Amino acid sequence: MTRKEIEATVKKFLVEEIEVDEKNIVPEALLKDDLGIDSLDFVDIVVVVERSFGFKIKPEEMADVRTLSHFYDYIETKIGDK
Amino acid sequence: MSRRVVITGMGIYSCIGKNLEEVKRSLYEGKSGISVDPMRKAYGYRSPLTGVVERPQLKGMLDRRLRVGLAEEGEYAYMATLEALRTAGIDIDYLDKNEVGIFYGNDSSAKAVIDAHSVVVEKRDTALLGSGAIFQSMNSTITMNLSTIFKLRGVNMTISAACASGSHAIGLGYLFIRQGLQDVVLCGGAQETNHYSMGSFDALSAFSMRVDEPAKASRPFDAGRDGLVPSGGGASLILEEYDHALKRGATIYAEVTGYGFSSNGAHISQPSNAGCAVAMERALADAGIAAADIDYVNAHATSTPQGDMSEAVAIDCVFGASRPLISSTKSMTGHECWMAGASEIIYSTLMMQSSFVAPNINFENPDEYSCKLNIAAKTVEKNIDLLLSNSFGFGGTNSALVVKKYK
Repeated sequence: MTRKEIEATVKKFLVEEIEVDEKNIVPEALLKDDLGIDSLDFVDIVVVVERSFGFKIKPEEMADVRTLSHFYDYIETKIGDK
Repeated sequence: MSRRVVITGMGIYSCIGKNLEEVKRSLYEGKSGISVDPMRKAYGYRSPLTGVVERPQLKGMLDRRLRVGLAEEGEYAYMATLEALRTAGIDIDYLDKNEVGIFYGNDSSAKAVIDAHSVVVEKRDTALLGSGAIFQSMNSTITMNLSTIFKLRGVNMTISAACASGSHAIGLGYLFIRQGLQDVVLCGGAQETNHYSMGSFDALSAFSMRVDEPAKASRPFDAGRDGLVPSGGGASLILEEYDHALKRGATIYAEVTGYGFSSNGAHISQPSNAGCAVAMERALADAGIAAADIDYVNAHATSTPQGDMSEAVAIDCVFGASRPLISSTKSMTGHECWMAGASEIIYSTLMMQSSFVAPNINFENPDEYSCKLNIAAKTVEKNIDLLLSNSFGFGGTNSALVVKKYK
């Protein structure tokens, strides 16, 4: 899966399932402060990521993931590790 | 002087209509909401009959975070509560500034529990359940969600009392207001209708098998009855202290003047006419009226041979001298279970407002017990000043409410 495909998949589920405002989806967006993703939303994102990318997010690996760009990097690394 | 408790808002979402107007028309016309659910047969039910309630589409109406914790019955309760608040003239600004409580009847959330179980069996990982599963699965799912959605800050709890849940919820709301503990309480009951929800009840062979004639399957008090038809939806009422309602300029639908309860202390599923009678007599005493003052009895009668017989004996015992008009609206709606005690107060109050008694449809031949009752087989135009509504449940929990016309 290319970086562009990862970004498109994340954007699709953030808009359709987590109902994030599409205009706020930019690489530098902070997950919590800009996109409004709270701890409960994150529980749902774990489910959607498993379904979309086939791996399970480990909370301790997300410690440094603050922006969408970091999130894309994280997914890219995890997919690459498989 | 005791504080008076009035109904200032009502909302209904059911198999005979999705708002007060639709429901009132169905009640007047004697329209059945019963049909066959093919999924039930495939799932392994003995009877596929059910009240059919359309799932509301809440996406676009309600924020995702407020939506994901709602199970099916919570969605029905939400729709009913929107109408109840609207008719009560209570908006979000009022709820921001004033304390409102909630007592809501619910006694299962089967689909949410079964769905969560299925995910864990497949994935072997609870982290993949998502955030909504816990809030959908608990028995208090409705009160925890509605109190969050509508910013309720008063008393907040679910009443689980089997098929009397909704009635007891109203009774407790009435007591809290009368005692001076609350001025406004959202009360109600809701019931899921998915095919997971009633399998264990179907196991008791308590459901009607009149599959070829769904609209005739629920026939309370009729000699040919062969069981109940499960159903569901949501029913919400705003109970309010009388002076508080007057100060707000609220429309007053009716007054709740009596609540009676009892427990049979006997069999887990067999009814007791003595227990039913105690609840009715206690409600009449609480209202300070005699049995002869009651114009209409909305019976619990679910269309089971044993239950209807027992209630007929109890009603005859309490009301035998005055013989008020009686009907079971379950003949049209089926048995709305956890919701029934609340929805039937709404159905009865709609009748009171429009001066008619809805028919006990399918009452064609009385049995040796129901022949003693004055059952309305057809719609009857009648002024109703005082009514009593019965609700009974497994474990022998009984509830009766008295409602008085507001003049």
